[in-house]
Amino acid sequence: MASTSRLRTLIAIICVGFSVAACGYNTIPTLEEQAKARWGDVQNQYQRRADLIPNLVATVQGYAKQEKEVLTAVIEARAKATQVKIDVSQLSDPDKLKQFQDAQNQLSGALGRLLAISENYPDLKSNANFLALQSQLEGTENRIAVARRDYIEAVRTFNTALRTFPTLIWAKTVFSGSKPMAEFTAGENAQSPPQVKF
Amino acid sequence: MVRSGLLSARANGSCWCRCAAILVFSLAVGPAHAVDLPALTGRVVDQANVIPAANRSAIEGKLQELEDKSGIQLVVATVTSLQGNDIETFANQLFRHWKLGEANKNNGVLLLVAPKERKVRIEVGYGLEGTLTDALSNVIITGAIVPRFKTNDYAGGIERGVDGIISVLTTDAAEWQPRARLRTDDGPTVVRQVVPLLLLGLLIFIFRYMVGHARGGRGGWVGRGGRPMFIPVGGSPWRGGSSGSDWSGGGFSGGGFAGGGGSSGGGGASGSW
Repeated sequence: MASTSRLRTLIAIICVGFSVAACGYNTIPTLEEQAKARWGDVQNQYQRRADLIPNLVATVQGYAKQEKEVLTAVIEARAKATQVKIDVSQLSDPDKLKQFQDAQNQLSGALGRLLAISENYPDLKSNANFLALQSQLEGTENRIAVARRDYIEAVRTFNTALRTFPTLIWAKTVFSGSKPMAEFTAGENAQSPPQVKF
Repeated sequence: MVRSGLLSARANGSCWCRCAAILVFSLAVGPAHAVDLPALTGRVVDQANVIPAANRSAIEGKLQELEDKSGIQLVVATVTSLQGNDIETFANQLFRHWKLGEANKNNGVLLLVAPKERKVRIEVGYGLEGTLTDALSNVIITGAIVPRFKTNDYAGGIERGVDGIISVLTTDAAEWQPRARLRTDDGPTVVRQVVPLLLLGLLIFIFRYMVGHARGGRGGWVGRGGRPMFIPVGGSPWRGGSSGSDWSGGGFSGGGFAGGGGSSGGGGASGSW
């Protein structure tokens, strides 16, 4: 009776051991999927910003036609930024991510100039449509910041799991296809979205 | 004897798992607390001490009523300092720390006031971004809150802001509720047909399982007369099924006030005065 009890305890301990191992086994794919989902959020928020721009340009155009240069710069930067898309499988490629970031930063710069010139047009500044677009743009910039922060955090956790014990074992064997993901390099423009003042 | 040995081993296993889960959780949560965030003590957390008691209870009543009616958790917070952060970052961290709103709906809203920095923000949970939009949040801040804050009327500004938020949230809900009802009208017929069948199937399964064990001669499952017992006694593996009660479904635990597990992605608007 006592020996069967001991045997069962032993089996239970082995089971627990396996379940702990299973925890480590699942960690890498889980974290990888999480990081990919966070990237999806980042890309969605940038897309949301791009979607706001045609309306914004149209509104500004109604009041400040002569600012053609700034307006076309925004449209061009938007076109360029929407072309650079990153598939989740390309996330481990730092060059690709840099390309994406550069295009978005260029758009941020052009948008900043557009909002700066709008200061010179009191009629535009008091236009309800423009005010609504401005607050939406500000909100989107904030969402981008949050999404980027979440992505950076998810990537950091994932990359750490690839390099630390015990998940390291799985990273080197079963999931050797899982490469560390590239983090955003905090460029000079990256941390400061275009200032939207009221 | 054997069974109890197995059971204690099982208990050990679940304890291990829990320890591991707690450890992982604390590791995951750890780095997020770079700033010192106030505790969620109620629907109005007045750390900066700018809301008189009378206004406070009036505001709390409105917030309570909103949650009772719609399930939306709206919390007002004033802080003594943003600790060097911009209000957007601070509000998002505080929102996520408090987990406002239900976990699956993310229907929380935070009205954060920082009198020292002269900044105010409405932080909107993911689930309400479509209702309480950035533009509407901005209108509430510039129209209802900031003019009163400029005259140092913090309680008045907060109260009007809360009124504005509630009216935005509830007028829209009035439009949505009939639609939700329409949707549920054709839903339950399927549910009503399927659920009893599933329950019946489950009962048959349990019955057969227990009869099978009774024939196998294992103790604990059968009564003296050899008839299967429907109420599992202590030591039966079925007890594992009741572990779901560890989770509290709603946003309340005990008598206190707590977040329901919601999150925010930076929706809303900020203002200053």
